[in-house]
Amino acid sequence: MSRYVNYRDFDWVLLIFVLIICALGVTEIYSATRQTRFDGIQIKQIYWIFAGIGIMFLMSLVSYQALLENVYWMYIVSIISLIAVLIFGRSYLGARRWIDFHFFHFQPSEWVKLILILTMAKYFSEYQDRELPFRELVKAGMIVVVPMLLVMKQPDLGTALTYVPIAVIALFLGGMKIRHGIIMVLIAGVLMPVIWHYGLKPYQKQRLETLVSPEADAKGAGYQVIQSLVAVGSGGLTGKGAFKGTQTQGQFLPVPHTDFIFAAWAEEHGFVGAVVLLLLYFLVLMRLIQNAQTAPDRAGTFIIMGVAGVLAFHILVNVGMVVGFMPVTGIPLPLMSYGGSSVLFMFLALGIVMNVRMRRFVN
Amino acid sequence: MFGREDKVPQIRITVIQYGILAIFLLLAFGLWRLQVMRSGYYQNLAQQNRIKEVPILAPRGKILDRYGRIIVDNYPSFSALLLRNQGPISNATLDAIAAGLHLDPNDLKQQVRRASAAPGYQPIYIKYDITPDELAFIEAHKNEYPELDTITVHRRLYPKDGFMANLIGYVGEISEDMLNRPRYDLYNPGDIVGQSGVEAEYNDLLMGQNGSRRVLVNSRGKEVGELSDQPAVPGKTLKLTVDIDLQIAAEEALGDKEGAIIAMDPHTGEILALVSRPTFDPNMFAVRISPKDWSAIINDPGKPLLDKAIQAQLPPGSVFKIIMSVAGWQSGIAQDLTVHCNGGADFYGRYFKCWRKGGHGTITLPRAIAQSCDVYFYTLAQKLGIERIAKYATEFGLGQKTGIDLPNEVSGVMPSEEWKIRNFKQRWFPGETISVGIGQGAVATTPVQLVRAIGAIAMDGKLVRPHVAFPSELPPQYKPSSYTQVTDVPIDPQGWDVITDAMAQVPNPGGTAAGSHLEGIDFAGKTGSAQIVSNAFKARAANKSEYKDNGWFVGFTPRRDPNIIVAVLYQGGEHGDLAARLAAQVIKAYVEKQRSLGVKTAGTLPPDLATPGESPISRSSPPFRPGTSGHVEMTGLWSTNSANDFRVARFDIPVSRRFHAALTAPGMGAFAKDNRPNFRSHPAPQPSPSTSHRYVPDILAVLPDPVRSPQP
Repeated sequence: MSRYVNYRDFDWVLLIFVLIICALGVTEIYSATRQTRFDGIQIKQIYWIFAGIGIMFLMSLVSYQALLENVYWMYIVSIISLIAVLIFGRSYLGARRWIDFHFFHFQPSEWVKLILILTMAKYFSEYQDRELPFRELVKAGMIVVVPMLLVMKQPDLGTALTYVPIAVIALFLGGMKIRHGIIMVLIAGVLMPVIWHYGLKPYQKQRLETLVSPEADAKGAGYQVIQSLVAVGSGGLTGKGAFKGTQTQGQFLPVPHTDFIFAAWAEEHGFVGAVVLLLLYFLVLMRLIQNAQTAPDRAGTFIIMGVAGVLAFHILVNVGMVVGFMPVTGIPLPLMSYGGSSVLFMFLALGIVMNVRMRRFVN
Repeated sequence: MFGREDKVPQIRITVIQYGILAIFLLLAFGLWRLQVMRSGYYQNLAQQNRIKEVPILAPRGKILDRYGRIIVDNYPSFSALLLRNQGPISNATLDAIAAGLHLDPNDLKQQVRRASAAPGYQPIYIKYDITPDELAFIEAHKNEYPELDTITVHRRLYPKDGFMANLIGYVGEISEDMLNRPRYDLYNPGDIVGQSGVEAEYNDLLMGQNGSRRVLVNSRGKEVGELSDQPAVPGKTLKLTVDIDLQIAAEEALGDKEGAIIAMDPHTGEILALVSRPTFDPNMFAVRISPKDWSAIINDPGKPLLDKAIQAQLPPGSVFKIIMSVAGWQSGIAQDLTVHCNGGADFYGRYFKCWRKGGHGTITLPRAIAQSCDVYFYTLAQKLGIERIAKYATEFGLGQKTGIDLPNEVSGVMPSEEWKIRNFKQRWFPGETISVGIGQGAVATTPVQLVRAIGAIAMDGKLVRPHVAFPSELPPQYKPSSYTQVTDVPIDPQGWDVITDAMAQVPNPGGTAAGSHLEGIDFAGKTGSAQIVSNAFKARAANKSEYKDNGWFVGFTPRRDPNIIVAVLYQGGEHGDLAARLAAQVIKAYVEKQRSLGVKTAGTLPPDLATPGESPISRSSPPFRPGTSGHVEMTGLWSTNSANDFRVARFDIPVSRRFHAALTAPGMGAFAKDNRPNFRSHPAPQPSPSTSHRYVPDILAVLPDPVRSPQP
């Protein structure tokens, strides 16, 4: 297999859109943490972004086909690490999500996402039937369901949910029958009350309850939701201006530099600013899908669509939470929210996307 | 190959694209709904979030005496509090703070623990009314313990030792019970309101209007900016008709005896002094009364919170004979009634004793009053009958509230046939009328009723409404015109002369209060000694001192159209003569003060003291100080033997002032002088044997030689 890699085929347009979103994120992190104990944290975010760009370029050098050849090993290591977290992990706020390696905290559930995307791509690059029979559907589904259950056991429902779009996108593109899709939705519908009673922790139930009626507990669990709605709503059409959001600057908005950064942005820049930001994300997603369509092979398409699916799901859940459509799940807004893991994951995923794109004229 | 494809079907990718578009449109709709459709609603909420209203407490109005001297004032009091918005407070810090503020460290920690559930922006009040050295501790450690802070409130400063306490009353946090009453509709929980006395009666006037400060806060309640101020409207000053000098005389006269003294100007109904014993220290309520102090006051058998001048209803004893005399005269019976007293007489088959065992012999009205002959008034009562007695007593305001502007006045009892049927469903027995004739039996009066009734008789039938506030300075809601209403009760002028002349004999040799004679003062009055239990019961009682008779005296000067009338209730005083001595002290103080003021008109007239009820003394410089001396310049014009020889000269007269007038109520002086409270523990009320408030009239010296030779 001859390798013809050229940075002329690197998706510079996509990178520019991504960096614009990152830059807006840095300004909002700065605005939201001024005069708090997190003051100056935007500098650290800039370091993470540069580190991410570096990783992205490194990632684009390694052939994704080489990765795919070893993906089953990686998958097995992932499962083992998730089990290891359950056994050896450090308990923090009642959940075991981290393994403490002294020099850094290792949270495997983030990286498992990427491996799941690759694993699904590998699976469907080998299974190429136009239609997906029920047996294959279950087999492919189990690839995602097993780690998902392990993550739920930590418990980290939010991260576990981010595995769902990987499975849904892959199964859908892999030829899932409409009939099967409907059956799965129905089963989920039936299981919902069962999960409500036996599967959810009390705090998880409370989060869902406050989504329905935040005023019921305005000082407690509903506080975050109400303050977020007030922040977004009071921003109005054009916003209160950079650094002038009363909800953000007055620290009424909870964690305005991570999970609720979109609310902070919407308060200070209004409906216009929020729609511009959504448009940027939409352009990134459309550019990703375009790359998926021009991918050299079936595996490449599945990889990029997987990344796009995860990104879209994050945006839906995070912005949906901020505008009151979704419960508080603790899922950050990719590229905007402060946090090293989140930034590195996104750029690593983009690195694989670039990797696919740069090999589109191979063969 | 059929059914196998290397490429992903385009249609499914397109479906995903449209799915993503749908998601973004949904999110954009969510934003539109919040930011465009309902932005006004949320902008309003955001404003409420960050704007906090901080109340500015209005200081209560001062209470002054009739000459503007301070009776009740406020002082700035500091309370220590812990702010919790800087995070949890370490135990070591709490220990240090407890040591600095003289608190028990374990109590403090427990208090902080208990408060940990409350929202973080609510501070914890750890000590009220801190001392200057505790305040200094907080100031000195501002950087070390940023969570330690103080706030200032205006607290009530009352005269010390319970001076005037029952008249003034005290303040406290409004109770839930009070909030349910329509009078307190406009009040809020936590308001400090008057609980008794004039503090309660004139609470609306004294309280003022709290202001507020609108500040910008962050989510932890920390102030980050200020918007606007609505200043507090301080309470209005209330000027009482009381004369501090006379009040001091009355307080000293009653001492630690149980009872009440009330002095009034019978022309106007202005109360000049009002004392009730035992009393309490209202300063105990000014900060926050401890449960121990409160239960001590509540369980005191003497009921210190009761204002006996308006709330003690007791048989008036022989003082009632004055009412009887008027009733007898107006009915045309007393003029010609002559009774022979053998020390007792039979009425309706029962023997009624006179207080003098040997009897008074043949007696008519004047001597019957002066010597308080019981048999005379038994006979008069029999002749009048209860209905006529009740009619005249009711005309003079007995058995009903006087309408004095103090809360919780009681009405007393004036019995009648109708009263007995209504309350006991029993017929009136004629024998009961005989007891009523000497103010015993069912008759019950309050000191203020007696001072008003006897005052009206001394004023030839002018019945006033007693009051402690100047009606001219009250807002219309108090209906000031009703304060000065005078009801005319007809009294025959001749009867008026006879009765008041007889009363003037009471504090004279041969009268029942001969020991209270005041030389050079036209002093008239009537004694009373009232049993509180029957003689038979008293004989059986183990502890006889508990059932001692009450002594009464109502006296005035001069005998007709008096300037002052004083009623004294001396509980357990056995005889009215002892009560008369207390009244005589007050009357003497009044007369001496009037005379000393008269002397001042020849010298430097203090304008504030010359016209009652005008400009307060605190605003101008004190017109005279106790113990100072000065000079008075005087011009004289006289003629010598030859008719045409007039001479004029100016004299410089040295005047030594030994007249002491109080500058403020006791305990307020130090405060008035340096405007700072004397931080004190609250001692139990005990009358101080002070002599510094005696009035010694100035005597103008004999004219010295002229400074300049006479000019022809």
